Amino acid sequence: MSVDTVSLTGWGRTSPTAALRFRPRTYEEAAAVVRGRGPRGVVARGLGRAHGDAAQNAGGSVLDMTALDRIRSVDAVAGTVVCDAGVSLRRLLATLLPLGWFLPVTPATGHVTVGGAIGSDVHGRNHRTAGSFARHVRSLELLTADGEVRTVLPGTDLFGATLGGLGLTGVVLSATLGLRPVTTSLMSVDTARAADLDGVLARLAACGDGTPYAAAWIDLLARGRSTGRGVVTRGEHVPLDALPAHARRTALTFRPGPVPSARALVPEGLLGRAPTALLNELRHRGTPAVRTRQPQRIPAFFHPLDSAPGWSRGRGRAGSVQYQFTVGHGQEETLHRIVRQLTVRRCPAFHAVLKRFGESGPGWLSFPAPGWTLSFGLPAGLPGLARLLDVLDEEVAAAGGRVCLAKDARLRPGLLAAMYPRLPEFRALRGELDPEGAFRSDLSRRLVL
Amino acid sequence: MKDAFGAPQSLLVLGGTSEIGLATARRLIARRTRTVRLAGRPSPALERAAAELRELGADVRTVPFDALDSASHEEVLGKIFTEGDIDMVLLAFGVLGDQARDEEEPLSAVRVAQTNYTGAVSAGLVCAGALQAQGHGSLVVLSAAAGERARRADFIYGSSKAGLDVFAQGLGDALHGTGVHVMVVRPGFVRSRMTAGREEAPLATTPGAVADAIVTGLRRRSETVWVPGALRVVMSALRHVPRPLFRRLPVR
Repeated sequence: MSVDTVSLTGWGRTSPTAALRFRPRTYEEAAAVVRGRGPRGVVARGLGRAHGDAAQNAGGSVLDMTALDRIRSVDAVAGTVVCDAGVSLRRLLATLLPLGWFLPVTPATGHVTVGGAIGSDVHGRNHRTAGSFARHVRSLELLTADGEVRTVLPGTDLFGATLGGLGLTGVVLSATLGLRPVTTSLMSVDTARAADLDGVLARLAACGDGTPYAAAWIDLLARGRSTGRGVVTRGEHVPLDALPAHARRTALTFRPGPVPSARALVPEGLLGRAPTALLNELRHRGTPAVRTRQPQRIPAFFHPLDSAPGWSRGRGRAGSVQYQFTVGHGQEETLHRIVRQLTVRRCPAFHAVLKRFGESGPGWLSFPAPGWTLSFGLPAGLPGLARLLDVLDEEVAAAGGRVCLAKDARLRPGLLAAMYPRLPEFRALRGELDPEGAFRSDLSRRLVL
Repeated sequence: MKDAFGAPQSLLVLGGTSEIGLATARRLIARRTRTVRLAGRPSPALERAAAELRELGADVRTVPFDALDSASHEEVLGKIFTEGDIDMVLLAFGVLGDQARDEEEPLSAVRVAQTNYTGAVSAGLVCAGALQAQGHGSLVVLSAAAGERARRADFIYGSSKAGLDVFAQGLGDALHGTGVHVMVVRPGFVRSRMTAGREEAPLATTPGAVADAIVTGLRRRSETVWVPGALRVVMSALRHVPRPLFRRLPVR
């Protein structure tokens, strides 16, 4: 096990804090770190893709789980996989796809670990039909504050607190996941341009269960009548018989491309307002009004940002802030208001994505709730951004919505209880299971979780 | 914890009656700050300052602290940190002295040096150690443009600030990578109680403007902040003016 003192940030590169980083190679080593923790506690960290401070622990210990990366077994008949928490979803896909299985929930990057996906209860573009990650976790092994390993099964309180629990109930050591069968590694993608936000909403609402994956990119710099214009992308897995005969032999190949290097040569602060506006304009005009049945490889469809290593550096030295909120169906007016506010302020928002959520999962602090969700990133150095996001928080809370904690780096603690009604239960369970507060993170300190 | 924009949730002001310190505290309370500790010599002014900040909705307490009593710093400041994390320490104490009198009475000049430099060194080191142990935090040190180049009118004050400035820069480098951020703030002439009755220098500023610059600097994680920003250019030019010429300049 290697140990070093490092300064860590989330993917947004804001608020660096120092911690003692342990990199256990076995469950026993991880348990030893939890038992021998200092007064400032410990938290698990995966590939560091959480945008905020969820996987940082200032002055305490951080368990880097990426060395625990064994795929223990795959049941290719029943469609389940047992793997360590440090396995990345991308590696899991590379292993499972050739066997004809696919992860039922895939977030926008493959560079997240299974443990991270559980702690953040990630969702994909198919939340409406497939739910969030929690729905597909059959069981998990959790290292708790007493240094013991517990098997956690769906339906229990500990399962509800752990899924989306931001690593504050314990360290996930391994998990059994349910899979979905696929016959090819291709997606059939339909894109459609929408001239304004209502058009985007209408197109997303029209997606039936037949097209499981649907999301819209929104141009948050377009003004006037085209406010909220965007491109709606829908996709479904291509069945084998839709492929030409010669392609069927290699139907399940998976080529994820090179692993992005951490220090790619992206000039800092490249993407300000004008370049972002230009890129948005090109993207919108470059999309045909309607295009159907375009074949796309799985990485290109699910993980478009993974092919642009270090893109977050383009947002300047101060780093970037991600904001994702959800509001219920019938709260479209709130959505309109928020988009208008961002548009009027000419915020150089990037990667603005609008999706529709289905039913909530079992996680107590899970983010997804039925309704609409919009996520975007902004340079943290933007003047007035702190105030603007505070105003958006108020709007979202007033509409009965919530913001995503795994991406958060700046929420006002007072609003948390209104957004997450099961917070008291979560606190009570933590108080019982971990009275000394062994599992802590910068996020848990900031939001008094 | 600080948020993504560097806004702290808990603040310790060393020099609790400092106008710049209080202006900064007011701005930070409007953002995320909930706990404020005002450290200073016990006085009605300190209690008034605390009461004023309390009205803004923060949990404010005063802590008896004397910059000149370096021996007590470890105990007094250490105790504040044991009560909970401090996200930001604002080292705001300092005295201007009276140049003419200080030149006549070396002991009063020493007092300026001890307050501005020696006291700040010991308090700064105690806070830096505590911040390093908690793995995060900002130490904001109020230096002065007067420390950049010696001037006939205030070189005793200027030399103490020059020492403090170099100390803070070095401390910032020493703490790089430990999660602790040290920011040196160099205001020019600030219209405040401390400078009341003195002739105003060009590019004069206000405590409020300095506080705004501190808040912006926190957001950008700046290491050096000049207030107003134009001083950076002006002072870097003045720094290179030959001494015979500098002596004759009206601004000196």
